[in-house]
Amino acid sequence: MPDEVRVLAATGMLGTGFSEASLDLAMARAPHVIGCDAGSTDPGPFYLGSGQAQASRAATTRDLRLMLRAGRAAGIPVLVGSAGTAGGDPHLAFTRDLVEQIACEEGLHFRLALIHAELDRAFLKERLRQRRIHPLNPAPAFGEATVDRATRFVGQMGAEPFMHALEGGADVVVAGRSSDTSIYAAYPLLRGCAPGPVWHAAKILECGAASVAQRLYPDALLAWLHDTDFVVEPPNPAMRCTPNSVVAHTLYENADPFRLHEPAGMLDTRAAEYVAISDRAVRVTGSRFVAANRYTVRIEGAEYVGHRYAVIAGVRDPVVLRQHDRFLAGLRETIDHKVRASLGLEIDRDYRLVFRVYGKNGTMGALEPENSIAGHEVGVVLEVIARTAEEARAAITVAWHTGLHHPVPEWEGLISNWAFPYSPPELDGGPVYRFCVNHVVELDDPLEAFRIEYVDVGQPALATV
Amino acid sequence: MPKLWELAKLVRAKNAGPFVLTFDIVFGDAATYEQVKRSGVITRELFARVYHVDRDDVLFFEHDRVLAFKASIPRPVSSGDLDDGDVFGGQQHGPLVDLEIPLADPTQT
Repeated sequence: MPDEVRVLAATGMLGTGFSEASLDLAMARAPHVIGCDAGSTDPGPFYLGSGQAQASRAATTRDLRLMLRAGRAAGIPVLVGSAGTAGGDPHLAFTRDLVEQIACEEGLHFRLALIHAELDRAFLKERLRQRRIHPLNPAPAFGEATVDRATRFVGQMGAEPFMHALEGGADVVVAGRSSDTSIYAAYPLLRGCAPGPVWHAAKILECGAASVAQRLYPDALLAWLHDTDFVVEPPNPAMRCTPNSVVAHTLYENADPFRLHEPAGMLDTRAAEYVAISDRAVRVTGSRFVAANRYTVRIEGAEYVGHRYAVIAGVRDPVVLRQHDRFLAGLRETIDHKVRASLGLEIDRDYRLVFRVYGKNGTMGALEPENSIAGHEVGVVLEVIARTAEEARAAITVAWHTGLHHPVPEWEGLISNWAFPYSPPELDGGPVYRFCVNHVVELDDPLEAFRIEYVDVGQPALATV
Repeated sequence: MPKLWELAKLVRAKNAGPFVLTFDIVFGDAATYEQVKRSGVITRELFARVYHVDRDDVLFFEHDRVLAFKASIPRPVSSGDLDDGDVFGGQQHGPLVDLEIPLADPTQT
């Protein structure tokens, strides 16, 4: 292996930004590769289901442009994983479009590898029949019916497809859904670095500057990988890594702070030692990677549930607030009756009616231990989820109008109980999706499910072969 | 009796993937962490009780290196599903913040 491999994480999430000055300072430390994660399941199932990206074109372009410029100027690879939030084919196409546009505007020429991560239905059904799909805990039921029903599936690729693309001469890799760490592990593994330090460094790099003592804003992080250790340091002089900040980061978003499962095995940080080598840099030793006896990738899938309309309503009348549970129970019955009469839709069969009561249990729902209204007002979010946008809008219009004038025994005459901040009161929440799988699938080969496409970007047409 | 937020430097919740919630309670000094540990309040059973899950479904860690308790539980519904009210899982630690922690008075021992 080489004496040292230097890996730069531009930021924790493509499109959330980083300081341009930090990138310049990082480039002065001569990294061998620039990586960036562009996705997550954190913002929920909508992005995987709809094919849309969370970050805007403008914000993604800004970050990508700086990374591509820096990478091409230094002649080092730029790797982007989990493109477009969810890493499906539309997300890959979105990111490819931006890369090509930037290349054109900046006069850049390079070989782009696009790694597809969508899993096709036939493949999943075959693996189901072979009993080579295994549930994680907890997992919804997952069978051939789910495979048919879902809108889209992706697999979280490991480091191998990135490594293969680099070996195939890619200067820039844009990958679909990837394990966050694979983006950063690929290059050092290809150079022969020891897997323990590689995967542990990758785990810390994947959130960018999140492992510093006080992250002021999303920013870059550098790692220096050696045979038996690695060092992390933020290039931004206003931030610093301390042993405590680096260890504490292993808590974040992980169910288990000591063991991290990757397609090829498990990172074990139980014996890791963290030592400050300056007031801003930390050396980590003792990281172990235990190879798995079977190669598995995590499946993510989203199924369409319906179309949502929502209404926000304020309630300030103490008479209504004192009987609010009863008020909503009676209202539900009246809405059920009126929607059936005027639209022919059956509650809980054709549509769902949801009340979220902020000021009572809107945040925690059934888990809320303080299940009462203590304040002087509540915010009600009324939702209808129906099969189509048309049906949802029809039902919510009946619902909010019914709620507005729903009677209480204390007041005589027509009353208006709901304060709507908007006209129209209803907001189009768009299509609603649900994560429908939490399983891993066995692969015969780490590349098996991940097709790689090469594109010569910015080359004059005559020069392409 | 001090409350948890007065003793900890961080109490937080967050998704660990769309199907798991994870909680971190981190302390700034070893003495406080050890006292809270000895109080026996922060346990696997606490999370099972507050979040209505089976004790066996709670992953629980005492992370002495970072002076932290960590617990992970299955989400009642997956992130963004119809009955979910917290897509990122970031506000589910609320009931832990004001927990009363009986500390042994070191001057009395």
